[in-house]
Amino acid sequence: MIQVLDFVPIWTLILGLAVFFYVLLDGFDLGVGMLYGLAPDTRSRNTIMNSIAPIWDGNETWLVLGGIGLMAAFPLAFAIIIPAVYFPIAAMLLALVFRGVAFEFRVRDNENKTFWDHAFCWGSGIATFAQGLVLGAFIQGFQVDGRKFAGTSFDFFTPFTLLTGFALLFGYALLGAGWLILKTDGEVQAAARRQGRICLVAVIAAIGLVSIWTPLMNHDVALRWFAWPNALLLAPVPLATGAITWFTWRAFDRKAEATPFLGAIGLFALSYLGIAISLYPMIVPYHFTLWEAASSARTQAFLLVGTLFLLPVILMYTGWSYWVFRGKVRAGLGYG
Amino acid sequence: MDFDPVLLSRLQFTWVIAWHILLPAFTVGCASFIAVLEGLNLASGREIYLRLSMFWTKIFSVAFGMGVVTGIIMPFQFGTNWSNFADTVANVLSPLFAYEGLTAFFLEAAFLGVLLFGRKLVPPWAHFAAALMVALGTLFSSFWILSANSWMQTPAGYEIVDGHFFPKDWLEVIFNPSFPYRLAHTVVGFYVTTGFVVLGVGAYLIRRERFAEEGRTLLSMTLWLLTVLVPLRMFIGDLHGLNTRDHQPAKLAAIEAHWDTDRRVPLTLFAIPDEAGESNRMAITIPWLGSLILTHELDGEVKGLKDFPADQRPPVAIPFFAFRAMVGCTLLMLGVVVVGGWLRWRGGLFEMPTFLKICQLAMPLGFVAVIAGWVTTEVGRQPWTVYGLLRTAQSVSPSLTSFDVAVSLAGYVLVYLLIYPTGLLLMLRMVRNGPVGGAEEGLQIEAGRPQAPVLAGSLGIAMGETR
Repeated sequence: MIQVLDFVPIWTLILGLAVFFYVLLDGFDLGVGMLYGLAPDTRSRNTIMNSIAPIWDGNETWLVLGGIGLMAAFPLAFAIIIPAVYFPIAAMLLALVFRGVAFEFRVRDNENKTFWDHAFCWGSGIATFAQGLVLGAFIQGFQVDGRKFAGTSFDFFTPFTLLTGFALLFGYALLGAGWLILKTDGEVQAAARRQGRICLVAVIAAIGLVSIWTPLMNHDVALRWFAWPNALLLAPVPLATGAITWFTWRAFDRKAEATPFLGAIGLFALSYLGIAISLYPMIVPYHFTLWEAASSARTQAFLLVGTLFLLPVILMYTGWSYWVFRGKVRAGLGYG
Repeated sequence: MDFDPVLLSRLQFTWVIAWHILLPAFTVGCASFIAVLEGLNLASGREIYLRLSMFWTKIFSVAFGMGVVTGIIMPFQFGTNWSNFADTVANVLSPLFAYEGLTAFFLEAAFLGVLLFGRKLVPPWAHFAAALMVALGTLFSSFWILSANSWMQTPAGYEIVDGHFFPKDWLEVIFNPSFPYRLAHTVVGFYVTTGFVVLGVGAYLIRRERFAEEGRTLLSMTLWLLTVLVPLRMFIGDLHGLNTRDHQPAKLAAIEAHWDTDRRVPLTLFAIPDEAGESNRMAITIPWLGSLILTHELDGEVKGLKDFPADQRPPVAIPFFAFRAMVGCTLLMLGVVVVGGWLRWRGGLFEMPTFLKICQLAMPLGFVAVIAGWVTTEVGRQPWTVYGLLRTAQSVSPSLTSFDVAVSLAGYVLVYLLIYPTGLLLMLRMVRNGPVGGAEEGLQIEAGRPQAPVLAGSLGIAMGETR
């Protein structure tokens, strides 16, 4: 087929942004969900839940956009990667269902409130861990034969993916703690500062481990980072990570309200960038490039027309809804 | 029966989509109904419409929330269990799925916020506009998903290169031959389903007497609506049937359990189809009526299953009985509408307890008809995922074992069996509480028990809690 225009770079950008928005937005509310389980009493649990109640479902729609976007723009990647992470995806979806209905069920089904409290917390944790497994499986690569995934449904389960699973638990919890510091005050905020510090230590350890393990696993990744002059050109990435870590750590100590959250976002952005640098231009790591896995130009063009119109509207709406619900949250009504 | 990954994956898809479809079957109609109530409130200024709108919006929010979380599962099924299907058809179908997500999902979610939270934040006309946009969003959603579904039934506008489908003409892809009929048939079916839910709730409120005025308004409004919609649905269903005869004759033959191509065929009311023996047992038939209904001519020719090789025939018993279940439900609904119209003409629509009770009992009929119709059309498409071109057996993910799918299926079964009864219970509880007014609502919150997050947000804003 003759390609008049190459839509692959723009779709890479759109999909990259959609996945990053998902990780950031659902990341912090999944993290809030996990910290919810550590809250000591009903009052602080209500505060914590109210801090994300109006926005969580908007956050989750980015997952749909990411999933369908991958299918539409890079169908070969969708057809190989998703069956390869069969169980993590199924576990993630079921966990998200549980956690999603818990928002409404918890208050309306008062007799089983404790059950839905647990569903919310465990659902958040399991969904996060499953996403971490998917991330690890993506980095370690897949067994491919022709255009098909040729491994088994248990290939995803390795020491490396376990590491990324736990890493994401702490990573999302760090984002969640940053969000709670921003949105709450008093005891809930103080607890989030303590939890955030623990998460930050774990996250930095995990980033370090993954950064050493990945180049050891794959020679191309090692060359990408350590060959000259790449080592010099890419040096700002680890240096900036170090700087942001220091900055975030200090922010936990002080009275800063927004800085921990911003610092956590910065760490996620740099880790995301690091993975992108390691794997580019692969979309099915070590087998197919973005261009090889892309759908036809007609398909990408047809979808681009609507996306370029709708995406800004969606972004504007998302921004507006965060603006409406800005400021500190309270436990809710009915409290004297 | 061999429980291979294909069959188990089909069971899993059936399970997750059948439960999911119940929610749009209600929310599509409910969104439009809320928009109508908002419009009536805006035009007449009568408070009863406002109360009713708030009542249905609350129920809608629970159903919609469940629809969102069960809907997220759907696109991933194409990857986890049907990756060969995804690889083969994605160039053509995935933009339709993506547009569903983009236009509808996001617009719904955006304006839903205003509908749920914004009554005191925006002027009444803007609130009405938000209700309209939510309703429009659900219709867009149906548009794109049914377009994709119809393309799998009657593919058009494509070319096949190296065993993969590529788009040639998007208009032909979207407006494929069965799409207009399926869209009209399904959306009217959704409206009828919601109509019967509203009818039943109205009858319940009248019988309970506490909100009798609201109940009478609901019952009367919906009965007028259903008087138009139920016959309309039957008319469109008939057109859809003619379309199936032209484009999917094997499916039609299976629906009618019709084995030999013939003219002046009878209509089979009941039979036990014997697929091995290629015949029907215990058949009850009406002469000539089959040709008359299926071709609109007394001596019209109807193709039989024996015209198709055995490995290209759908299963017979399931479409045959599912179709009869759908038609049976529709006839029962027509009966309710006719009796209601007669009672209204006599001037005692709200006074006859038996009729009110029947209205309540008829509440699930629409849902049963939707599921039965969907089973008819999807099982009738077998053994293909893309009719005549891509076999179901070749669509499944190659890496899956029976064990893999059995485990995931068990997970989906358990979770759905837990959340659906709970969700239903909560919605029924809202119905029992009735359409209490806005002011009363705020006072109902008990100490130590926060309002549901959805309402806590709006009340919080109204009282200046979140700045």
